[in-house]
Amino acid sequence: MTEVISPAAPGSWRPGDAWLGGGTALFGEPRPHLRRLLDLTTAGWPPLRTGDDGVEIAATCTIAELAERIAGHRIVRQCCHAFLASFKIWNVATVGGNLCAALPAGPMISLSVALDGTLLLIGPDRTERRVAAADFVTGEGTTVLRDGELLRSIHLPAAALTARTAYRRGSLHPHGRSAVLLIGRAEPAGSLTLTVTAATRRPHVLRFASPPQADELAAALGAIPAEEYMDDVHGRPVWRRHLTGHYAEQIRTELGA
Amino acid sequence: MTRPDSVLINGSAHERAPRPGQCLRTYLREEGCFGVKKGCDTGDCGACTVHVDGQPVHSCVYPAFRARGRSVTTIEGLAGPSGLHPVQQSFLDAQGFQCGFCTAGMIMTAAALPADQREDLPRALKGSLCRCTGYRAITDAIEGRPPAITEPAPGAAVGSSLGAPAGPGVVTGSARFTFDLDVPGVLHLKVLRSPHAHARIISVDTSEALAVPGVQAVLTHKDVPDVLFSTAQHEHEAEDPYDTRVLDEVVRFVGQRVAAVVASSEAAAEEGCRRLVVDYEVLPFVVDPELALAPGAPVVHPSPALSSSSSSSPSPSPSPAPSPTPSPSSRPAVSASFTPPSPSPSSSSEPSSCSNVVGELHASLGDVDAGFAAADVVYEATFRTPRAQHASLETHGAIGWLDDDGRLVIRSSTQTPFLTRRLLARLYDLPPERVRVIAGRVGGGFGGKQEMLVEDLVALAVLRTGRPVRWEYTRAEQFLGATTRHPFVVALKAGARRDGLLTAMRLNVLVDTGAYGNHGTSVMHHGCHESLAVYKCPNMRTDAVTVYTNTVPAGAFRGYGLGQVTFAVESVLDELARRIGMDPVTFRELNVVRAGDDLTAPGDHVDDLRIASYGLDQCLSHIRSAAATTDDAPPGWLVGEGMAIAMIAAGPPGGHFADATITRLPDGRYELAVGTADFGNGSTTVHTQIAADELGTTPDRIVLRQSDTDAVRHDTGAFASTGVVVAGEAVLRAARALRAQLTASDVPGVAATGHGHFDGTPRSVAFNAQWFRVAVDPDTGELRILRSVHSADAGTVMNPLQLRGQIEGGVAQALGATLAEHVDISASGEVTTTSFRHYHLPTFADVPPTEVHLASTSDTIGPLGAKSMSESPFNPVSPALANAVRDAIGVRLTDLPLTADRIWQAMQQ
Repeated sequence: MTEVISPAAPGSWRPGDAWLGGGTALFGEPRPHLRRLLDLTTAGWPPLRTGDDGVEIAATCTIAELAERIAGHRIVRQCCHAFLASFKIWNVATVGGNLCAALPAGPMISLSVALDGTLLLIGPDRTERRVAAADFVTGEGTTVLRDGELLRSIHLPAAALTARTAYRRGSLHPHGRSAVLLIGRAEPAGSLTLTVTAATRRPHVLRFASPPQADELAAALGAIPAEEYMDDVHGRPVWRRHLTGHYAEQIRTELGA
Repeated sequence: MTRPDSVLINGSAHERAPRPGQCLRTYLREEGCFGVKKGCDTGDCGACTVHVDGQPVHSCVYPAFRARGRSVTTIEGLAGPSGLHPVQQSFLDAQGFQCGFCTAGMIMTAAALPADQREDLPRALKGSLCRCTGYRAITDAIEGRPPAITEPAPGAAVGSSLGAPAGPGVVTGSARFTFDLDVPGVLHLKVLRSPHAHARIISVDTSEALAVPGVQAVLTHKDVPDVLFSTAQHEHEAEDPYDTRVLDEVVRFVGQRVAAVVASSEAAAEEGCRRLVVDYEVLPFVVDPELALAPGAPVVHPSPALSSSSSSSPSPSPSPAPSPTPSPSSRPAVSASFTPPSPSPSSSSEPSSCSNVVGELHASLGDVDAGFAAADVVYEATFRTPRAQHASLETHGAIGWLDDDGRLVIRSSTQTPFLTRRLLARLYDLPPERVRVIAGRVGGGFGGKQEMLVEDLVALAVLRTGRPVRWEYTRAEQFLGATTRHPFVVALKAGARRDGLLTAMRLNVLVDTGAYGNHGTSVMHHGCHESLAVYKCPNMRTDAVTVYTNTVPAGAFRGYGLGQVTFAVESVLDELARRIGMDPVTFRELNVVRAGDDLTAPGDHVDDLRIASYGLDQCLSHIRSAAATTDDAPPGWLVGEGMAIAMIAAGPPGGHFADATITRLPDGRYELAVGTADFGNGSTTVHTQIAADELGTTPDRIVLRQSDTDAVRHDTGAFASTGVVVAGEAVLRAARALRAQLTASDVPGVAATGHGHFDGTPRSVAFNAQWFRVAVDPDTGELRILRSVHSADAGTVMNPLQLRGQIEGGVAQALGATLAEHVDISASGEVTTTSFRHYHLPTFADVPPTEVHLASTSDTIGPLGAKSMSESPFNPVSPALANAVRDAIGVRLTDLPLTADRIWQAMQQ
């Protein structure tokens, strides 16, 4: 490591560089291949901007700021508490960093996907593109980000933020790492969106135009391939798959009531 | 406000700029804030917690450059001008620590908790790990309970809840652990570890590594002495096979050290390791212990049979003096021979024909077949316990230098300074007096530091460069390249009559020692002894084998094999009691040994062990009372209860030696010198209590000098639960000798010294019993402990607060092994669980309070009637919990850990 560029800006990336958010992931393991850190936290991006159409969360917004500023939304609070990490990490870790790490258990991924978020990405040539949060994470630790591209912000639409939600989380340990994290969202018009995260290698979203019956829900879940379920120390795949179905049915019942 | 480029640390501006990739933790330590600890370096444990502009952060994952222009508070800056911060004071009052390594971070976290977070400590403390206490004492500290410590009157220290002498240092961050000192000019050592489970090193090209700026030396197998040894440390070296070299031409597990690079910075040493070019000839390997026994299995150590013994230890030395005479040859002189394999056709294997066998035990008492024939009920099952890591929050590491006299000095995180010195002297052909080994405060041990894992390379690097050298394991290296608890496969068949009497037990044990035999045979013998000897079963048969595999070596771990075998024994007896329709406590009462009984188990065992006090009956009666309580469980959950017992010898067989001296100082205080290290076990506190009472003074007038090979003649070490019963006895004898001198001719102001020695024999036994009530959610497999009760017979209680702490901590650590922990090895032999994120240690939320009951006994052997109680609370926990789960769900779980996914899966069958 030879240099820190702070503040960094889109376009300053070159091979051997890494965008730096809070640093809690980047500093958490040796990265001998890195030469420069491009610090985004000093770029001056306002952490949160609330408008009529929803909330714009800067990638550099810390978890603590998110929890404090929009804690009125229960689902935000729940997803913050889904972190294995403590409130001390919240003070440093960023929303964007959690998304870009692309771990199955990343709760900001769960939140963004469950609320139909849209992500703003900026390429090395400063071209912007928007991708649905549901399409951002492609697998364990992988995203649609290209070399030198950065995540600028996450937009959560007002309608989703104010929708009724139901949240279920399973872990091998109390306050442990999420093995299953399901969020259901009911729109006033009667649709139900169910987001499956943590249990699977990437988020899976099931959309129902009207409240589904139990067998309809089970059939939709059954379309998630068995090999999509995570097999690691945080829970066996057969159990994660069972819990996914179990919690999905609880969510269906809760939101259908 | 500070200048924009400097870092304000505890009110002082620090101008030195952090390096670009540096984390705040290392920067603060370089600036002298040694209270900021490294526990994990991944943001998971919280030992490094500091405040940045008033906000608590984990400094190990906080970019140091970002602290410029900010104000940082560390534990050193928490106390105000009027004294300790209230949180520091309450951690001292509640003794909310044991080893103290996590304490600074715990205090910095607690001091930053807003009121709402204090109401939910399980959540608030999920980033704050303690491996010692089980969190009860930490809860008391944070909740500000009235002080638990007492200040005893002269002569009344024993039996009081005296606080640890190190307490003020621990809560202020000034206690000095291994690396908490500034060594000017120190070089950094890093190792390259093997990517192969088994390989011969054809060549190591060091040229590119040596070209890295700052690299001072590269050490390979060509640089080490041609001496074999064992990393395990025992008074009698012959207990362990000599199968290890400082650096070997053959590597036998993924993660074994291949070469070391010594450089002026850690970064340069790491870069040097990356530039080493190693040519390997990959060899066949075996990672499964059952396959390792098969004919034609790859042979881990192709040399002829290594040392082993057929009894639980070599014969005790006839001389009370330590006998650290090194064997001149590369192989220890071992008089004991292998016991031939069982002639019985029912024996499942003939392991002696396999060259991966390190040690074995085949022996019977009575007639097992006749015993089974006489049984009304017979039950048999096979149990598996995984590798577990000690996870002491201070990793392994050492700093070495040459003192002004040219003597080699090694400051190490060790449980065995004297044995490490003995081995270093042998390795490098130095007279023992030319080597000094010292330990600072040790940040947790649990058996993991009864091992020489770093000192040999540090010593070599010091001798080679003439410069001070340090080597500190990373947390990942703890998993890859330290030791683990031995994984066991235990098959047990037991029979009983309908009236409840045990008629026969047949035990088959397979121990995986990994790539090296350190502790492998002794753990097997110990595991097969007290676990059976606590029962008066007339017919018993044991067949046990320890085998090599190409995996990270196992080593000493709290319980030393007993926990693994006890899991099987107590599970099977629970099932027997259930099948004959008898409650498990009555079943135990019918079958356990009683005062006056011999302690017997199959095999030759050193015969100095006896029941010198008996409180198991009281423990069982505490458990019976526990079962009379009631608890609420969530609706629909299945509720069950389970119990188990354990017995442990107070000290290892065959000699464990301690010397102590106590000297009256001119100012009227006394200097007590003991060899043993304190890593949170509390033996140091008890030593001052014993000395103070014998000399009719108060503990604050006892000045300690300890864990330094210059302090006393010899000390075997702080392991095998000997801190009170062996070192404490030596202290008692020293204090009595001094008192006798002073009584005979007391000339005030004239120095007087008393010496005490104890050779660790004879030995008594301590007892423990654990009971749980649990609830299981049948829909998810989630398990909740509704009530946890532990009863212990520790003889005279020297320090009630500390004893309670040892028991709570032992139960918590065992809950980790029972409910969560497993070190995993891939098919290619690689450890895949290398951080606390993937190796789940019990957090505050995982550990329920445990009610602790103590038997009232006084031992006729132990000092002032005391017995040991540091390893033993661990041992009955796994079976008690498994028995409770069995009671709840109707399925017997035989493989640890009992995680929710496994419980749920078992319920589907």
